[in-house]
Amino acid sequence: MAYPDDLRYSKEHEWVRVEGDTATIGITSFAADELGDIVFIELPEPGTTLTQFGTFGVIESVKAVSDLYAPISGEVLEINEALRDAPELLNSDPFGDGWIARLRPADPAEVDALMDADAYAAETA
Amino acid sequence: MSQAGTLRRTPLHELHVELGARMVPFAGYEMPVQYRSIIDEHRTVRSAVGLFDLSHMGEVEVRGEEAVAFLRHAVVSDPARLAVGQAQYSMLCDADGGIIDDLIVYRRADDRFWLVCNASNREAVVAQLRALLEHGDFGPDLEDVSDRTALVAPQGPSTAALLAGLTDLDLDAIATYHAAEGTVAGVACLVARTGYTGEDGFELFCAAGDARPLWEAVAAAGEPHGVRPCGLGARDTLRLEAGMPLYGNELDRDTNPFEVNLGRVVKLDKGDFVGRAALQAVQQAGPRRKLVGLQMIDNAIPRAGYEVRAGGEPVGHVTSGTLSPTLGTKIAMAMVPAGLAGIGTAFEVVVRDRPYRAEQVKLPFYRRPRD
Repeated sequence: MAYPDDLRYSKEHEWVRVEGDTATIGITSFAADELGDIVFIELPEPGTTLTQFGTFGVIESVKAVSDLYAPISGEVLEINEALRDAPELLNSDPFGDGWIARLRPADPAEVDALMDADAYAAETA
Repeated sequence: MSQAGTLRRTPLHELHVELGARMVPFAGYEMPVQYRSIIDEHRTVRSAVGLFDLSHMGEVEVRGEEAVAFLRHAVVSDPARLAVGQAQYSMLCDADGGIIDDLIVYRRADDRFWLVCNASNREAVVAQLRALLEHGDFGPDLEDVSDRTALVAPQGPSTAALLAGLTDLDLDAIATYHAAEGTVAGVACLVARTGYTGEDGFELFCAAGDARPLWEAVAAAGEPHGVRPCGLGARDTLRLEAGMPLYGNELDRDTNPFEVNLGRVVKLDKGDFVGRAALQAVQQAGPRRKLVGLQMIDNAIPRAGYEVRAGGEPVGHVTSGTLSPTLGTKIAMAMVPAGLAGIGTAFEVVVRDRPYRAEQVKLPFYRRPRD
């Protein structure tokens, strides 16, 4: 499976897209498929500080409750409010309209240490 | 018995894999939990027809002259009331009234019955029946036929229309909770109008070796009806909307039928049976606890095991909960003190250490439209 090559990926199946001094994060299509139909998401308020690989929210499919892990550290600038009413966006467009949050990254080096698309494809093969 | 760590497979295992099912361990079996989407599968059953493999379930045959007398003694319902070709929801209880399993009793002939039980309880059911045979005055034959029996279950409003093209049986003559012996797509079946989804539907019991041709014939004939294979995930959300209990969630050895609103299944007037004294005492005093339906007011999904509070105090627990695909609301069944139960009563469900408001609503959450 091919993944967008402008993103970086964590072992916990989150992605990061850096644009200027902000970073957008979300879950990968692999994670969304594994979870099945996503019906609920609980997210932190803007202003919350996330720690890399720490839990920052909860995602629920029909059958299971899973933690969300921050792929990088940073302050939450914005969360995707559309997910409250339409959590299915996480399944239908995980790399696009199903984005989860925008952050101000604390340390650009954390992003560089994440997997690129090829490494993530190998990881999930 | 299966060996520890080894999962059994149903006769349809390879077909599930070919269909791309996600297989999970369930009751000692490797079972399909979903094929593509639990919500899509759920909606297919509510609107058209979904096809389930339930071959993991247990089937126990009881036959002989004393079959009726034995079953009247063993289960809480009264199988003597069954005509041939009729079925009955029932339970096997311990002497203390605790539920060993819930099951369906089918009368296939005057002296031949099938008990269809949960896969997880098959050994317990057979052990209880054998113990009663050894200690009682009854002599029917008892045989666990689960391994040579498969169960293919098309469920949903289009099921009868689908099956009509595959059988000579007059399906209109098979009422709900009735069954007939016949063939479907040339396969000898017990054709039962039973199910666990809250929809019209059938359960087709056949020889294990016939399961695949039967499934494929039903799937092919079902194409114009929009049939889809459905897994245990949808089965769980369907039965929960329909307010049906699941053993291990709503039912267990520490729970009696009256607590789960199934006192009507218990026939105290049929003479002595296992658990009668204990169940009569519960009936007279009233159950201490009661299974209730909850609908969330706040935005959180209740799940099995979550604490239920009333006025801030812990009073019970959620037995099953989900986002209802049909209603779009967050629903749960919960066990609470009987004295607190009442439609409209305010409860809270604790989700990740925070209480969320819920209100008691009528069970079932969903009732199928009937003409």
